[in-house]
Amino acid sequence: MNRLTYRKIVNRVMLTLTGVFTVFTVAVLFLILGYLVYNGGKSIDWNFLTKLPAPPGEAGGGMANAIVGSAMMIAFAAILGLPVGFLGGIYLAEFGGKSVAFAIRYMADLLNGVPSIVIGIFAWTVIVVPMKSFSALAGGFALSLMLIPIALRSTEQFLLNVPSSLREGALALGAPQWRVISSVVVPAASKGILTGMILGVARIAGETAPLLFTALNNQFWARSLDQPTASLPVIIYTHALAPYDDWHRQAWAAGLMLLGMVLATNIAARWILSRGITVQKG
Amino acid sequence: MSATAIGAGKPGKSKSLWSTLRGGDEVAHLITLVFAASVFLVTVFLVGELWLHSAPSRHKFGFGFLIGTDWDPVQGIFGALPYIYGTVLTSVIAMVIAVPLGVGAAIFLAELAPPGISNACTFLVELLAAVPSVIYGLLALFTLIPLLRSYGEPFLKQALGFLPLFQGPAFGVGYLAAGLILAIMTLPYIISISRESLMEVPRDQREAALALGATKWEATSQVVVPFARLGIFGSIFLALARALGETMAVTMVIGNDPSIHISLLAPGHTIAAVIANEFSEAGGALYQSALVEMGFVLFLITIVINALARILVIATSRKGTAQPA
Amino acid sequence: MKKWNRPLLAALAGIGLSGVAAAQAINAAGATFPYPIYSRWFDAFNKLHSGIEINYQSIGSGGGITQLEEGTVDFAASDRPMTDAEIKACKDKPLHFPTVLGAVVVTYNLPSVKEDLKLTPRVIAAIYMLKITKWNDAQIAKLNPGVKLPHADILVIHRAEGSGTTFIFTDFLSKTSPEWKSAVGADQSPKWPGGLGQKGNEAVAGMVKQTEGAVGYVELAYVLQNHMQSAVVQNAAGQFVKAGLDTVTAAAAGAAKSLPADFRVSITNAPGKSSYPISSFTWLLIPSKIPDPKKRAAITGFLKWMLTDGQKIAPQAPLYYAPLPREVIAKETKQIGEIQ
Repeated sequence: MNRLTYRKIVNRVMLTLTGVFTVFTVAVLFLILGYLVYNGGKSIDWNFLTKLPAPPGEAGGGMANAIVGSAMMIAFAAILGLPVGFLGGIYLAEFGGKSVAFAIRYMADLLNGVPSIVIGIFAWTVIVVPMKSFSALAGGFALSLMLIPIALRSTEQFLLNVPSSLREGALALGAPQWRVISSVVVPAASKGILTGMILGVARIAGETAPLLFTALNNQFWARSLDQPTASLPVIIYTHALAPYDDWHRQAWAAGLMLLGMVLATNIAARWILSRGITVQKG
Repeated sequence: MSATAIGAGKPGKSKSLWSTLRGGDEVAHLITLVFAASVFLVTVFLVGELWLHSAPSRHKFGFGFLIGTDWDPVQGIFGALPYIYGTVLTSVIAMVIAVPLGVGAAIFLAELAPPGISNACTFLVELLAAVPSVIYGLLALFTLIPLLRSYGEPFLKQALGFLPLFQGPAFGVGYLAAGLILAIMTLPYIISISRESLMEVPRDQREAALALGATKWEATSQVVVPFARLGIFGSIFLALARALGETMAVTMVIGNDPSIHISLLAPGHTIAAVIANEFSEAGGALYQSALVEMGFVLFLITIVINALARILVIATSRKGTAQPA
Repeated sequence: MKKWNRPLLAALAGIGLSGVAAAQAINAAGATFPYPIYSRWFDAFNKLHSGIEINYQSIGSGGGITQLEEGTVDFAASDRPMTDAEIKACKDKPLHFPTVLGAVVVTYNLPSVKEDLKLTPRVIAAIYMLKITKWNDAQIAKLNPGVKLPHADILVIHRAEGSGTTFIFTDFLSKTSPEWKSAVGADQSPKWPGGLGQKGNEAVAGMVKQTEGAVGYVELAYVLQNHMQSAVVQNAAGQFVKAGLDTVTAAAAGAAKSLPADFRVSITNAPGKSSYPISSFTWLLIPSKIPDPKKRAAITGFLKWMLTDGQKIAPQAPLYYAPLPREVIAKETKQIGEIQ
């Protein structure tokens, strides 16, 4: 064949291949969802949602304590981490001098890059050992450390995206800077900031490694924040590896629940973002 | 930068209100500074804590720790090489698989697909990035591993068994399984960022190539992709950093064998996995410090790679905004 | 605050506080070997005394001992006795309380083999030293005439973390195979010649169950609860013995008379025709000083229950943990008094 035909064939083949790769990647997502829905769907029942775990070998146990434990730690992490990230982001975007802002931004990126298991080590050393107890508090603290850089960066980014004309207009009207920020800039960036925070919370909801030696696990309810607690990701980990078929069932159910929450949150956040970006007027 | 009082002539009562409002700027500045500084301090504290906690191990083994192959908690001898090897090997396997797949899919989404499909597929791909690691592990354990053990690995042994890379018993779990699951986990990052880089390539580049008689593929592979290569490399580094630090999915499928094996079918170990397995039982300062030192090493590696990634991605966006005349 | 808010708030606070006050939360961690019986015990005890919630996490004997040293758990559990150094590292000297007797079973996954494979200690050691690599190896075939063994790779599975079960297993192999003793030795975290590691008895059992051709060592209860295959092991008297209630009890028979005062003893490779050679006590490690009176009462209460009613639950199907000999129970009941 001549050169042109060869080039045309190569063209066809390679372009088809790229399409195949795309289909493959999207198919993986649907495979994951499908598998979880199929295996997990038939295991989520009233028992699962309301009962405490039963000893291995006994049927009828549930994961109510893991669901509540996860919610507790995520809430604690959010209360601790979101304000820090939010207010720190405001500083970087609105007040920060060049070198101070650079240093803080650099440190936040460093914190973001810490492997999650290493965050677990840190939380164990500074909270579990002095408290002499595993606790939901330690777990929530570890999760908040992962949330802070996400909240910080997204706050800063969306605040910087607000056009300076808005700021200048408000300042020209005589408002002090703090008023400009709170009444004009932050509301303008609010959808983006909120999205970033929601995505961050969804991200930490699925984290397991930082909880392994901070919150440990619990057969019962965690009566207070200073007790160890069960959580969905840790339960999935321990139950998946065990030999009991009943535990596998529960792992699928927990996986479906966790994934459902994470995906729903992601989709909702992106929808908010796409709907609500303030029209940037030149 | 306080607002200058434009309406300076405000009478008495509002004057005190005004000065309170002006003071509010300092307060706001201070409060936000405190929170921003706390982020700084916590990070410094974390790094310092890791450094201190790993001291016994650093002093005892020095740099030999990084090349030591013995991991013996009983005798108190610790060497990190098998774990570093496993971490690097599984990540390399992941990149070898994910890069062609990811860049190929990104090319499709950026160049070929109509905008509606491109956006929809990108949205779905980005959802894949949100799937928690432990769920990947759960799925891998019950779907990927049996497939590998019963079909994948025996097939590789049959076809490529003359290579030492594919010899030995087929456990199912091992370097290959971990590399595969890491590839799937990092694919969304490569696709998403590469696609953006490709879309930033100016149209006239493509059109010029096509005008010279190139096929679409030739235009893409020889002009567009090289133009966007900085961003693509950036995405690869980002994906690599993610793969190196992965804990849960890997520890469920790597086989937890602290030795160095050449065969990809063999079980191995990674830094994150050994910390997850052994930290809660690491009694004694030396054992704990050895694990912390490895965590510190992993942290340093990911810092370097993340920094490289960011430089590349930033360089791309700067270059992309430069419009030719 | 509106007038009706106050009584409502007080009622809620009362409910909340009473819930908190009534539940005595106790945290323990350690061995996975006795996890099936411990989880049943703590559940049953909680049903009897609804205020006492003993949260037991099976992280391995090594983990239990370390967390006891760190002081992050109220008590621990281990399948191997603590060493003197470990005891010294604890703030308050821990007391060893044997709870039950269990068996470490060599389990495997060979769907085509219907019979229980007979294995000698030397063969088991050779398998774990990767010297025997196929199931139809001559040494295994010789012990099992007439059994059709598949020509398949042996996939060796051991523990990934510091394990009391591993200690029992390697202790047995060290006593019976000089080669093993010099090459590997007895410990909770030995240098395995090869094979892959899984975390906890649970994950070893889980992996063996999923992997054809795999071999692992787990406690009997896991094998029975999950309908897994198990090998018949040759004991010191040359008999091939299956792990079970009677054979484990037989192994402890001699030990009960000569038990040291602190209950630290190994009964692997015990003499006696019907002794199962890989048997062991398993211990709860209770600090000798428990300052909180409520916790102390709860823990001592559990110990007393464990030594009486608990012993009746242990041997039931499908757990088959052997109960403690009477002399041991008597000595332990006295030791409870040492907890201040």
